[in-house]
Amino acid sequence: MMREQAANMSSTEPILTAEMVREIQALFPRYPNKRAVTLPALHIVNDRLRYVPLKAVVEIAQLLELAPAEVQDTLSFYGLFKQDQPHGRVRAWVCRSISCALRGGEQVLEHLCHKTGIRPGETTPDGALTLEYAECLGACEFAPCMLAGESLHRELTTAKADEFLSHVRPASGAGHSSAHA
Amino acid sequence: MSSFEPVLMANMALPDSHTLRVYESTGGYQALRRAIKELTPVQVIDAVKASNLRGRGGAGFPTGLKWTFLPKDHPGPIYMCINADESEPGTFNNRYLMELDPHQVIEGIILSSYATRATTAYIYLRYEYPLSWKRLQAALDECYAAGLLGKNILGSEFSLDVYLHKGAAAYICGEETGLIESLEGKRAWPRIKPPFPAIEGLFRKPTVVNNIETVACVTQIMARGVEWFKSIGVPSDPNNPRDPGSYGPKLYCLSGHVNNPGCYEAPLGITCRQLIDEYGGGVWKGRKGKAAIPGGISMGLFTEPEFDTPLDFAGPGKVGCLGLGTAAVVVLDETVSMVDFLHNSCRFFQHESCGQCTPCREGTAWALAMLNRIRAGKGRLRDLDLLLEIGDTIGIIPGTTICGLADGAAWPIKNAIRKFRGEFEDYIKRTNPHGYAVTEPVLALPVLAGAH
Ligand SMILES: Cc1cc2nc3c(=O)[nH]c(=O)nc-3n(C[C@H](O)[C@H](O)[C@H](O)COP(=O)(O)O)c2cc1C
Ligand code: SF4
Ligand code: FES
Repeated sequence: MMREQAANMSSTEPILTAEMVREIQALFPRYPNKRAVTLPALHIVNDRLRYVPLKAVVEIAQLLELAPAEVQDTLSFYGLFKQDQPHGRVRAWVCRSISCALRGGEQVLEHLCHKTGIRPGETTPDGALTLEYAECLGACEFAPCMLAGESLHRELTTAKADEFLSHVRPASGAGHSSAHA
Repeated sequence: MSSFEPVLMANMALPDSHTLRVYESTGGYQALRRAIKELTPVQVIDAVKASNLRGRGGAGFPTGLKWTFLPKDHPGPIYMCINADESEPGTFNNRYLMELDPHQVIEGIILSSYATRATTAYIYLRYEYPLSWKRLQAALDECYAAGLLGKNILGSEFSLDVYLHKGAAAYICGEETGLIESLEGKRAWPRIKPPFPAIEGLFRKPTVVNNIETVACVTQIMARGVEWFKSIGVPSDPNNPRDPGSYGPKLYCLSGHVNNPGCYEAPLGITCRQLIDEYGGGVWKGRKGKAAIPGGISMGLFTEPEFDTPLDFAGPGKVGCLGLGTAAVVVLDETVSMVDFLHNSCRFFQHESCGQCTPCREGTAWALAMLNRIRAGKGRLRDLDLLLEIGDTIGIIPGTTICGLADGAAWPIKNAIRKFRGEFEDYIKRTNPHGYAVTEPVLALPVLAGAH
């Protein structure tokens, strides 16, 4: 991984595709300055690459006429953007705030960790799933809940969590740990 | 109360309630058409002022009054920021409005922008609401196509652009100046006020920040009139000329240990017990309630006898809570440990403190560390006083921090320990029978040479 990244860093190939650049530039007229496009640009890259490596930060900074450190400063304030490696094909946010905790949210997260052999913030070795804890997802009436990609999973139980795992990681059997395989 | 008809949620059950076609079929955008044709911006402000509408985002500031703080005859641009960051634990009513009736929200944004002469509005939407994003974007597209947004709206001189701006999973972006900094592309560090956003806000220009539910209320006030709005809720206190009252309908959120969690529209001023029993079908599993968060976790706690408190802007404060907040009630049944509750709360605020002010950054971190220690069976009775010391000293109310996140962190600490002290003491004595009375520091730190 490290070596790959080093190769990435030194490569002259840009990491932002022409399409990403166009999408970012298309937002300029919406704001009186380019700096305001920082967060939208980070999202555009993150949606495609599932992370925002330093090289992308440098290229975004060039587009927005900022110092890379300014973009990096903003990026690092938010917990959303990974930088060392892409998150899994599905990124699942399990709520741990009060309404979900009162209805077993933390047990569901613990169960998912146990079944996958990863901790919150980590990705399964097959790259299928990244688990995260979340603070209130704004869906407390469905507690305990989880946002996986764009779909909200409501009133979770360990059985529903297993079913979810079997969809995201069909190869590994119904949610059996492959972390140590 | 029985005569109350939902208004903000009236259309949500209709099929395709999120489309322009359905919205217009129920009279949508008539208020805007009338306002643009017949009313001056000042007249719209006057109507909102006369309605005594108070912001639904948490602080309850009178909306019309806030708009009048904008400088007169400003050359522009004036910005409108619509706060859809909705991240206060327990709160989800903005989501209902955006997913199921986005045009009611957008009509309110257009009316509010017309009133304040804003020419650009940004909706700052939290990252975790992908369906809201889609519904709002589709609704905005419909509006542009129908001449309701863009240049010369409905053939008038008034032009407005509305853009969606996505957040990145940070609670502090809901604080209005944190939101502004985040929108500008920076870390969401709240600004010292004054200057208030109305004078110097987004891109250093005059700016109005309003919540999604607030602008939905603006739509209804302009559609149904000031008298209608003031016929609902709790009137101003006649003995207090500065009390704006608690008028209008409110979207209450109910979650936790109730039979029917959900979003319920009711007149401002129903009691917490009414919300739980009449709307939520009572505490779940036939159990008794033990406590409830009155308006998002930042507001602190009601004890069970305090469930009779009215959920209006003045009510929760009368029993030692911070305020009405977002009117999101979370019910804790009799089996819940207050130690666990407080741990959950402290963990949230430690995670979400932006780190800018030392009392908040360190206070929230130490509070969590102490709760962790107590839960690990190493608590001392003295920790309760240390926790209260943190609770009493962090926040804009004691004057030590830049924003109100720290007050929100403090209130659950103060309420939980002061209202349930016996339970905390019992827990500590039971789990740390040999050490609970120790008063020395947990770790004896060496005195730093040269520190004097
Ligand atoms: C830590 C913190 C978080 C906040 N989060 C939100 C939020 O998510 N949504 C919101 O509308 N207001 C939030 N507020 C309140 C805003 O600062 C501001 O008062 C509000 O958006 C103004 O709109 P209103 O007058 O229409 O309520 C928050 C305040 C604080 C201190
Ligand atoms: S009070 Fe806390 S969250 Fe608010 S600005 Fe200070 S450190 Fe940040
Ligand atoms: S507490 Fe989990 S969604 Fe609100």
